[in-house]
Amino acid sequence: MTTPTTVEPTADPRASLIRRLPVISHFNKSVGLQRGMLVAGLILTGAFLLTAIFAPLLAPYGYSQLSDADGNFPAQQAPGGKHLLGTTVGGYDVLSRVIWGSQTAIMVIVVAVLMSIFIGVILGLVSGYIGGWLDRILVVIADAIYAFPSLLVAIVMAIVISGGQSSLLGGIMAAAISITVVFIPQYFRVIRAETIRLKAEPFVESAKVVGASNIRIMSRHIYKNATRTLPLIFTLNASEAILTLAGLGFLGFGIEPSSAAEWGFDLKQALADTTSGIWWTGVFPGLATVLTVVGLTLMGESINDLNDPRLRGRKKAASGKGGPASTAGTQAALQAEVRGS
Amino acid sequence: MTINIDKRGTGPVLDIDHLKVTFATDAGDVYAVKDVSLEVNQGEVVAIVGESGSGKTVTAKTILGLLPETAISSGAVLINGNNVISVSASKLRQIRGRDVAMVFQEPSTALNPVFTVGWQIAEGIRAHAGGEGKRVSAKEAKARAIEALRKVGIPDPEDRVDYYPHQFSGGQKQRVVIAAALALNPGLIVADEPTTALDVTVQAEILQLLRDLRDKYGTSIVLITHNMGVVADLADRVVVMYQGDVVEEAPAKVLFAEPKQGYTRKLLAAVPHLGRNSASQGMTTRAHQDRKVLVEAKGLTIEYPGRLGSPSFKAVDGVSFTLSEGEVFGLVGESGSGKTTIGRAIAGLNRTTGGSLKVLGYEMLNLKERTFKPLRKEIGFVFQDPAASFNPQLTIGDCVAEPLVIHSNPTPAQARKRVGELLESVQLPASYADRFPHELSGGQRQRASLARALILNPKLLIADEPTSALDVSVQAVVLELFKDIQQEFGFAALFISHDLAVVDILSHWVGVLYKGKLVEQGLGTQVMGDPQHDYTRRLIASLPVPDPDEQARRREANRSLLAG
Repeated sequence: MTTPTTVEPTADPRASLIRRLPVISHFNKSVGLQRGMLVAGLILTGAFLLTAIFAPLLAPYGYSQLSDADGNFPAQQAPGGKHLLGTTVGGYDVLSRVIWGSQTAIMVIVVAVLMSIFIGVILGLVSGYIGGWLDRILVVIADAIYAFPSLLVAIVMAIVISGGQSSLLGGIMAAAISITVVFIPQYFRVIRAETIRLKAEPFVESAKVVGASNIRIMSRHIYKNATRTLPLIFTLNASEAILTLAGLGFLGFGIEPSSAAEWGFDLKQALADTTSGIWWTGVFPGLATVLTVVGLTLMGESINDLNDPRLRGRKKAASGKGGPASTAGTQAALQAEVRGS
Repeated sequence: MTINIDKRGTGPVLDIDHLKVTFATDAGDVYAVKDVSLEVNQGEVVAIVGESGSGKTVTAKTILGLLPETAISSGAVLINGNNVISVSASKLRQIRGRDVAMVFQEPSTALNPVFTVGWQIAEGIRAHAGGEGKRVSAKEAKARAIEALRKVGIPDPEDRVDYYPHQFSGGQKQRVVIAAALALNPGLIVADEPTTALDVTVQAEILQLLRDLRDKYGTSIVLITHNMGVVADLADRVVVMYQGDVVEEAPAKVLFAEPKQGYTRKLLAAVPHLGRNSASQGMTTRAHQDRKVLVEAKGLTIEYPGRLGSPSFKAVDGVSFTLSEGEVFGLVGESGSGKTTIGRAIAGLNRTTGGSLKVLGYEMLNLKERTFKPLRKEIGFVFQDPAASFNPQLTIGDCVAEPLVIHSNPTPAQARKRVGELLESVQLPASYADRFPHELSGGQRQRASLARALILNPKLLIADEPTSALDVSVQAVVLELFKDIQQEFGFAALFISHDLAVVDILSHWVGVLYKGKLVEQGLGTQVMGDPQHDYTRRLIASLPVPDPDEQARRREANRSLLAG
């Protein structure tokens, strides 16, 4: 290709800061279906975030509240009246539990993903750059963790960390750390592979020729270039973290209802209700999980597509004035052809 | 088929009429081809020349309908009466291979490594129906594949048809690609830089093959290239393109003798011409021998370890040379000759395994990074690809200042001042320090790369193919700059290149490497004018000169040498 635009910077480094932020720059680049996917993902994720942040204002009752001034909440009440989404067998308000659950979910995601990014990136950089026996040992450990079903690892970690019992902080930390252990190998592998590729790039060699130390090369030259894909893995892993947390809760390794609301635990409690026709205790926490995961996945997938110039849809080039292609018919055909619509 | 042959006799094989191609990119529309019209007659070789971004490859791809989805084209590209731009996809498939075929730049990626070459040639044959709309049998397809391989001069085609691509050398692979293009006897072959990825000696063979095809079978060839020597060697007619437009069109002899347009004249003047403008002009003995010796190699051997069970590979085999202060040593060789390995070993990027290599008095055989590091500020390195040798996340100023920051810890103001000075001395505005590498053109980046190499005032500069990724006109400017700066700063330089003419322009003393051995060294004028070693002679004879008449004479004179 001899087009002058073969060099593809991810974002113009001097554009205003706001336009360079990951999601916003992606939104500006997108067209057609890809923009639709991104917007749907953004709306769902945004709703999830806002619910979590304003949970104390939005939720009519506390997550462990069983009574108010009028007395105890009725058990298994159908949606409507005082309890918009009904109550559970234990007498909790379903709506409040769903809203408070988003706060637990987001805390677990943030702690888990931040820890795994932090540890995974450092290990990946060092392992890929230094190589040798250290690299081999770390790769074997990462592969070994990969070989276990991730939920099994998470269960084992939950037992080890909290002995199966949990307060709010203990429960969140237990869930977060067990998810971290599962995720570190992913970040480790991605960063290690990028580091090995970048290690052979001329700009790294040129730093070596100049006499730069290993730490300088890793931190100044490789780190920034190797971590470009992280926002993408972050969004994809966030949805996986929610599912793992819900899985843990469903299996009974979650957080007690008195210390925090957790969707997986509520689903487990709702299991017995389904046969007696009580649908509202299971559907709403389930729906919350599904919508959050769909939102995060849509966002991650469309960012992935937009990052890749080959997958990114573009508006068709407008043809030059007066050329044979500038007739009304061709213009209409061009508009119909805008990719992804 | 009969219709095709009839048409071949009468009109042009290819007729491009007011072609326009536009690409949609993130930065808006790019007009790659603005208005191109040209004709190719039967048995004619038309060369499209131009620098990168001129639209020559896009034009070639349009001929086969290979443009990506983001492109829209208008105008007409007529092949035997079919307009490639507007025909249906199935019709286009019929045209490809039967009426027009393509030869790609890089033969090792154009062939699929998991299939035999015979299968790949037969694939094209079987994709097109045989005589009466019947499928071609596997046996017949193979027979025709063997025939095609024989045409392009592959020895023992009956056996070699079952070989896999990796069992052929680079030049033979390109022959196979040409054989696949020829399999259906198309009237037109589009060759996109068919020799750019090949060594000069192999290039001469492929050019001879293409010439034979035209002479024997009357095949028309559209030759896309940036190499004026190749044009002079092969083309009948030349179309010069610049930024999407045809600048000039003329028969090859006329174009080289009396170019009409300013751009063509500039382009031709920039082409390095062997034997002109030599740096060692008028020298009789080696210069700078009274000065200190900076690099001394004695029986230098560098081996790459082989895989388990296979012997190690000797990239450099018993090479001895010296490089004194202020001298420019040119190292020439084809790919795999070990020239880059030597350059990297001097900079401490590769380990030596035998003999002795002393760099600034330091024995590289037992290299320890800690003890060698202080010497690194005396050595500058310019890499081949200016795009890849800058960290894309840092500004040019940060990149150029890096050696300074590592070795002397200056204040930001001092660093900035020094970077500004250096950028000025490589003829870049000091304000470019705030730009990012992708905002500079290739030539500007290579100048910034030179500035980075020189910021610590090194005694020794290693330049590994610094101009081979650049266009000719840019290359001429960078070479001129390099020469001036070398005289101004007075550093010693090891200049590594595959291009004899380029090496001759810069180097006082030239060494020729062949398969890891230094087969000849001497003054530039001596090596180029009166080569002693057979390989050097062959190398010089293979290099096409940008002058059709002279090149035709040279070709005749060197026929025996090239065959051997």
